[in-house]
This record gives sequence, structure tokens and C-alpha cells, in this order.
Amino acid sequence: MFREIYYTILEFLRTFGAFQLFFLRLLQHSPSILFRRFGLVVKQVHNAGALSIVIIMVCGLFVGGVLGLQGYSNLARFNAEDSVGTFAAFALIKELGPVITALLFAGRAGTALASEIGLMKATDQLSAMEMMAVNPLSRVLVPRFLGGIISMPLLAAVFSTIGLFGAHLVGVSLLGVDVGAFWQQIQQSLDLADVFEGVVKSVVFGVLASLLAVWEGYNAIPTAEGVGRATTRTVVITAIAVLFFDFIITAIVL
Amino acid sequence: MAAATNSVIEVRNLDFSRGARRIFKNLNVTIERGKVTAIMGPSGTGKTTLLRLITRQLIPDRGQILVDGVDVAKLSQAQLYQLRQRFGMLFQNGALLTDMSVFENVAFPLREHTRLTNRLIRHVVLTKLHAVGLRGAADMMPAELSGGMARRVALARAMVMDPDILIYDEPFVGLDPISMGVIVRLVRRMNDALGISSVLVSHDVKEISAVADCSFLISDGRVAASGSPDELRSESSDVVRQFMHGMADGPVAFHFEAPDYAEQLLGRDVD
Amino acid sequence: MQQTRAVELGTGLFVLLGVGALFFLTTQTTGGNDFSASDTFEVPARFENVGSLKRRAPVSMAGVTIGRIATVEFDPASLEAVVVFIIDSRYDQIPDDSDASILTAGLLGSQYIALQAGGSETYLENGSEIMFTQSAIVLENLIGKYLFNRESGAEDE
Repeated sequence: MFREIYYTILEFLRTFGAFQLFFLRLLQHSPSILFRRFGLVVKQVHNAGALSIVIIMVCGLFVGGVLGLQGYSNLARFNAEDSVGTFAAFALIKELGPVITALLFAGRAGTALASEIGLMKATDQLSAMEMMAVNPLSRVLVPRFLGGIISMPLLAAVFSTIGLFGAHLVGVSLLGVDVGAFWQQIQQSLDLADVFEGVVKSVVFGVLASLLAVWEGYNAIPTAEGVGRATTRTVVITAIAVLFFDFIITAIVL
Repeated sequence: MAAATNSVIEVRNLDFSRGARRIFKNLNVTIERGKVTAIMGPSGTGKTTLLRLITRQLIPDRGQILVDGVDVAKLSQAQLYQLRQRFGMLFQNGALLTDMSVFENVAFPLREHTRLTNRLIRHVVLTKLHAVGLRGAADMMPAELSGGMARRVALARAMVMDPDILIYDEPFVGLDPISMGVIVRLVRRMNDALGISSVLVSHDVKEISAVADCSFLISDGRVAASGSPDELRSESSDVVRQFMHGMADGPVAFHFEAPDYAEQLLGRDVD
Repeated sequence: MQQTRAVELGTGLFVLLGVGALFFLTTQTTGGNDFSASDTFEVPARFENVGSLKRRAPVSMAGVTIGRIATVEFDPASLEAVVVFIIDSRYDQIPDDSDASILTAGLLGSQYIALQAGGSETYLENGSEIMFTQSAIVLENLIGKYLFNRESGAEDE
């Protein structure tokens, strides 16, 4: 029994090490792709970001609305309904914006990335590229990796902004919180450091989500079942990693 | 630099195993310059593996693979990419990039490795597509092509950088007789017209006889026979005869290993 | 080629939207002016108890924010809290006998400093200390006092 555990741990360490090396190789090729093949990156920003914007905005609106509702009802107990703006803003900008966007991103863009790359591997497209003396890492993986990293903070910002408007809609238009109080409270209690924290989180999550999606796709078993499994693993592992790092970053900042 | 021999690729004393399975044992194959050489063998003998060893997607356990006298295993990454530009490879399913049109697929190596203007690229691509008869399909997407057409596009792509060695991995598999005829014609014409060397991996005896100058039959990890298709057909060894004449039983047994038939039926082996 | 056009347009719009959102978040939700060190002057003050006063808490006078807290530290010699405010240089006519108290914004809000004007003819400048301070009201002490008063009140009856 212990042997099995031992081997499992060894295997896990080996995979983890390979994962780190993979990350470093991606980073190594990133500058040249950014500066010389920017068109590839643009296309991937479109795929990862522009195509996700609708789901982000819709979910942002609803989450903001919920925060408005919940915030109002709970703060009303302390006669502090005016603070509903602060409540929503804090929750969105520092936590929910980056985290929920990351999870949605993993679900929409992450799975698309993993399955696309896995399929390219299964149909020998990556091998063909190698044979044509084109490095598939640079040509296929790095642009998608960079596209995700660029898209994530932007998506999170949009989520938080739309969310705030959702909270405004519910709090001010629906529940009668004073417009001035709503926004003024937010301005007074939030400062640049909070927004910055949210942005940092979304960048970190962007790296995680893109890296994991690209990794899973690249290492998928080249069968239909293998690719399917790679996509589910992408979502699961990204979710765990995002929430883990969310905790770490929050703890560091506080 | 390169030795002025007649062989463009030489495989010497090759040993290669995958895990516990011994795939090649002391394999020796010579591909001659300017000729079409076929590599044949029953399914699973590792023909595709040999191709991957030649192009250094895999590294031999022992032995050497020389391309123009240079050992491929000793090349650096940069030299390796230089070498690979001299190869044109046609994969079993064509392996076209699915998110690009036919034109863009053929143009791909040019865009990646050269700085040719769009006009020049257009000229080259259309010429290659014309050579394989698909100039009219330039704007179609790979998903819209039939198997034979996809393979022809892949051939155009393999040729676009004017390689001097063309490698075909199972080019005849799953094609109708007409498409097969087309591919046979193309292989032969390309080889002769461009003065290149071609390596064909296949198990299609009939087609190979029509196109190859020299064939190697690989079985059990070694070369069982070699020579021109006519020579192979008149070979007397059992292994070669079974393959060349498509006999159902012989050295490659019909029955997969199993316990005694009578015993199994009567249930005596289950105790 | 048409496809590339659409892709580029879509991406451009998306990036614009994202950057716009970021811009909105950083400017509209944060406290606007952050009082950079160049056009401000420092004023220390000592308190017996600073409650939950934090750095960057606002310093206001007549209800308007004129500065913020730079540092909150403990002086081991006098066993008092030393708070350093940063006040916007525009406000150079604050009497130096003004009173600084620690108040709470709303019932559960965060604490801030409120300055009440004194009558002196000399004004606060960089380094001049505020002498009149009122410490924060600690809720527990208040409750304790109230209970104590009730008890002694009950005893009297």
C-alpha cells in the first residue's frame, strides 16, 4: 500500500516539475511572439476575451444585482443600507470580480483552448508543424497562453463594473437607496490599493487558467475520450488553483 | 560536408525499443538518391516509427541514422530545424491545419520560414496546387475536402519549400481506386520531375509495385528482404511470400495465441 | 481576409471595453485625490486612545476632507499614540489651537479625524503639533460607564 502512495507522490512530483518547465518554456518564447507575431496574439485575445464578453457581462449584472439585494437586506438590520454600495464594491472588485470571471473563463475559454489543442494533437497537426520545422509551442501554444493572460484582467474589470451597475440598479432604482450616498460611500471606502489588488488577482488567475488549459490540451491523450477528459480536468484544476491562490493573495494583502 | 555517395539516407545497425517491446533490432536500410524507395511490412512492425526516427522525432537506442552523411542524433536544435526544411512529409490523414483554408495551409511553411511577399507566395502556392490538380480548391476549408483531396493538398504543402526528400506515411490508406491512381501518378511524377528522393511507407503491395524503384520489407524488427518489386515477388522466403501474395496464414499466424481449442470448448481449462 | 477584419475589430472593441472598465474602477470608485506628498504639509498630534483609526483615514474640517492620516504610531516614552496627518497645502489658515477629535462615520463606519477651528491667529504649518486632542470613544468603556452609573443609581434608590 505504501508503495502505491510512494509512486503516486513521485508521479505527481514528476508531473508538477514538467508543468513548471513547460511554463518556463512558454515564458521563454513569449517575448518573440509578442513582438514579432502579434497578429497571432490578437486572434487569441479575440477567441478568449471578445467571445467571452457576453457571458461575463450577463453574469456580472446578475451577481451585482444579488449583491445589491443581499447587501440591502442584511445591512438594513443595522440601519446601514446606505453602505450597500460599499458592500457590493468591495465584494466585486476585490473578490467576486476576479474569481467568478476566472471560473467562467475556465469554463468557456479554457475548455475551448484545451479541446482545440488536444484535437490538433490527435490529428497530427502538431506533429506536422514540427516536421515543417515550425515549433508548435511558439506557433500554437504561446499565442493562446498570452491571449488568455491579456483577456482575463479586462474581463474581470468589465465584470466588476457591470456588477456595480447591477447593484446600483437594484439598490438605487429598486430599493430606494440614495444615489449620492451609494457612490459617495464607495469612493470614500475604496482606494487604489483595493482596485490594484483585484487587478493583480485577475492577472494571476489569467496566468493560471491559460497555463492549465494549454497544458492539458498539449498533454491530452490523442483520442476522443482523452480530449474530453482533458477539458474536464482543465475546469476542475483551474477552479481549485484559482480559489487556492485567491486565498493566498488575500491573506498576503491583509 | 556531405559525402558524395548515392545514398541520401542511411540507417545503420538501428536498435529501438518502446518500453518492453523491441521494435527494431540491427536494422539496416539505405535510401538511394533520386529514387522512390518503399518500406513495407505487416501492420505494427513500426514503419511509422522508422519515419519518426529518420526525422528525429524519436532517438534511436543504438545505431546511426545518417542523412547525407550527417548523424541526425547529433544535431543541435537549430541544425535540426534546418534539416527538417529539407524534408517534405505527408502524414497519413493529411494533417492539414483545420482552422485555415487550403491556400493558407499550403502557404504555411512559406509564411513561417521565408519573407516572401504575398504576391510571390500566391504564385508559389497556386503552382503547387496546380501540380496536384487542386488549384480550384484553394479557398475551401479542410473540413470540406474528401480524403483523397486532403492528401493531395498535404502533398502540395509538403512540396512548397522544394524539399529534396519527400516522405509519404501510408499515402494509399482508405482511398478509392481513382484517388489511389492519382496519388501514384503524383508520387512518380514529382520524384522524376524534381529530381528528389522519395520514401514511401505502405503495405499496399500492388500500388508500391507500380511506383517504387526499390523496396524494403521489414518484419520482426529486421529487413526480411530488399530489392526491386519484381525481385521481391519472386523471393522464396516464407515471410516475404506471405506478405507479397497476401496469404492469410504463414509466418504471421492467423490465430492469435490462445489456449488449446478442445480444452477451452469442453471447459477443461477452467478449473 | 474578411474574417481577419472582423476579428481585429472585435478584439479592439473588447480591449477598449476592458480598459474603459478598468479606468472607471480606478477613478470613479476610489477616493479621487490621494493627497500626494508634494503639495501637503505634515502635522503631528498625540492621543490617549486612537481607537481603530487607520492610516489613510480622512482628516476633515467642517465636514470637508482636507487631508489624511499618514502614520499612526506609539510613543514608548510618553505612552501615547502619535498620529501624523497630511493636510493639503491649500489650507494654510487653520488656527494652531484647533481641536482634533476622533469620530466614527455612521454607526458602524470607520473612524476619522475631525478638526474644529480654534481662535488663534497663528496657523498650522509643516511640523506644528496640534495640542488639543480628543481620544476615540471606546464602546466598551461607554457601556461599562453606563452600567456602572445604573448600578450606583439603583443603589441610591
